[in-house]
Amino acid sequence: MYTFEYTITDPIGIHARPAGKLAKEAAKHTSKVWICKGDKRAEARRLISIMSLGVKTGETVRVEVEGADESEAGAQIEAFFQSNL
Amino acid sequence: MKQLSGKGVSDGVAVGPLYFYRRGNGEIERREVADTAAENARFETARQTAIEQLGALYEKALAEVGEESAMLFEAHQMMLEDLDYVESIQGMIEGGLNAEAAVSDTAAMFADMFAAMDDAYIQARAADVRDISTRVIGILSGAVAGGVDSDVPVILAADDLAPSETVQLDKSKILGFVTRGGSGNSHTAILARTMGIPAICGVGNVLTENYEGQLAMIDGQTGEVVFDADEPTRERLLKKQAKERALKDMLEKLRGQPNVTLDGRNVMVYCNIGNPGDLDAVLQNGGGGIGLFRSEFLYLQGSDYLTEDEQFEAYKTVAERMGGKRVIIRTLDIGADKQADYFNLAHEENPAMGLRAIRICLTRPEVFRTQLRALYRASAYGKIAIMFPMITSVWEVQEIKRICSNIRSELANEGVPMADYVELGIMIETPAAVMMSDQLAKEVDFFSVGTNDLTQYTLAVDRQGQNLDKFFDAHHLAVLRMIKMAADNAHAAGIWIGICGELGADAELTETFLSMGIDELSVSPSAVLPLRNTIRSIDTSTCSDRLLRDL
Repeated sequence: MYTFEYTITDPIGIHARPAGKLAKEAAKHTSKVWICKGDKRAEARRLISIMSLGVKTGETVRVEVEGADESEAGAQIEAFFQSNL
Repeated sequence: MKQLSGKGVSDGVAVGPLYFYRRGNGEIERREVADTAAENARFETARQTAIEQLGALYEKALAEVGEESAMLFEAHQMMLEDLDYVESIQGMIEGGLNAEAAVSDTAAMFADMFAAMDDAYIQARAADVRDISTRVIGILSGAVAGGVDSDVPVILAADDLAPSETVQLDKSKILGFVTRGGSGNSHTAILARTMGIPAICGVGNVLTENYEGQLAMIDGQTGEVVFDADEPTRERLLKKQAKERALKDMLEKLRGQPNVTLDGRNVMVYCNIGNPGDLDAVLQNGGGGIGLFRSEFLYLQGSDYLTEDEQFEAYKTVAERMGGKRVIIRTLDIGADKQADYFNLAHEENPAMGLRAIRICLTRPEVFRTQLRALYRASAYGKIAIMFPMITSVWEVQEIKRICSNIRSELANEGVPMADYVELGIMIETPAAVMMSDQLAKEVDFFSVGTNDLTQYTLAVDRQGQNLDKFFDAHHLAVLRMIKMAADNAHAAGIWIGICGELGADAELTETFLSMGIDELSVSPSAVLPLRNTIRSIDTSTCSDRLLRDL
């Protein structure tokens, strides 16, 4: 499993558009991508699930990538977070 | 007389029959289906149609109200593709429920979930889920989109209008809006302000459908909603309306007209903005360019340094949306009264004379470098000009030009596209810059006078000081002489000069500025048409001598 932690810098948190982009990004890989905030988890391909985590700016999420292409997918997802969120 | 009240969110008085927004017949058909595969296919077709419609709405909104509002439809498309949403509906249909009811139940479930969250942004998304669902249900049940089926213009009443509904409205039929819910930031309020018609929100459930068809008078400034008005109220509101109309008509006639004086001098009237979101107002009011983009507002919004890409996106958006008109971006002007914690600026006894603006940039080259790289990258997308604040010495400008030229070569080596020439200018806001303006003019492409700081430094009066109001006189002859001197030196060197401080919109001084030969005035978007009106009434050939005598 590839995991990393990321602190959101977008001023309004993970809002609809980046969540939608994230869902598309996650769907490109066969690995499952989970966004975890505290004890809540959401699968990254699911826009409404991600939004319902209610991640605000300054909050840190843990991202777990698990599956056949996890190291490559994980690196790409991490890069996505850095440039979009 | 019956009086209701809400929050006025868009100014103006409107008089007309109240009309409730129609959303189909409102009844959701609910029945059992046997062929669930066929029902699911029916849902899928409707969902695809909705996605296409949203694509078209995105284009329409982009053209009519700007990218900020249009982006919402893109988010709506994404929601319609959300797996949780789609799977929930498909599951209900497989359980034997018809598509309309499945969409409606799923919408209610997700909307409730969003509404229950402790985050205002997510709560507001409940309206979006309902909006996309209403659209799909409308397609499934064959309802026509539109909402206003009236021959005469009306005051539109609703709980609140969804964004897609506001875009689809036949705007020629609407005099104003009154909503039970909503806020100053709701889509209805934004649309009303864009259209320049009155809107009142948050009237509550006292706004019942019993008022349908009754003659209403609304005042979007005070939030009054009046039915069956008594004579004094009627007269008061009609008078107010007439006054507003006269002013609006006068300014409306100036839309698209040149900013030209009676003796034929053209003046550039540009706008001051703080972020790309202000562009709609610039374009609607006919701003001829951006005279001052205060880039520090981008920095002040965040809790950490902006990345090069973040800045590039912001500058590119502005350059592209201004479509080739000049966009003057002022580099970071932080310090003094504008502080951001993450800069960790040391406490200063006298910050107005401390490490601020260009002094920070020349002390922290990495901050300056990031911004300049973003600016030069964005220069490929429009007509960007760069302006530097708080200049006092010629060496500063020479140093800046050296840094700029290094960054240009660096980007060129990386193969990054850039404009062939990017104008560089400086703010004239210190007496030193005025006194050196003959030499400074030979180094740059333009000057822009920042009147607030120039007044503070010229008169040695702290602009934020208490009990100093009567000494802080921006009309002081000393300040005007400073501006005149900078203007004369600019013109002698063949460059142009503008004013981007608050004084630029001061109608009492417009004649004086034009007599000095000021080429550009940069003001807030709402001041463009009033300023144009002033300019068009001035004849500099007759007033110059008198106004310049003491200068």
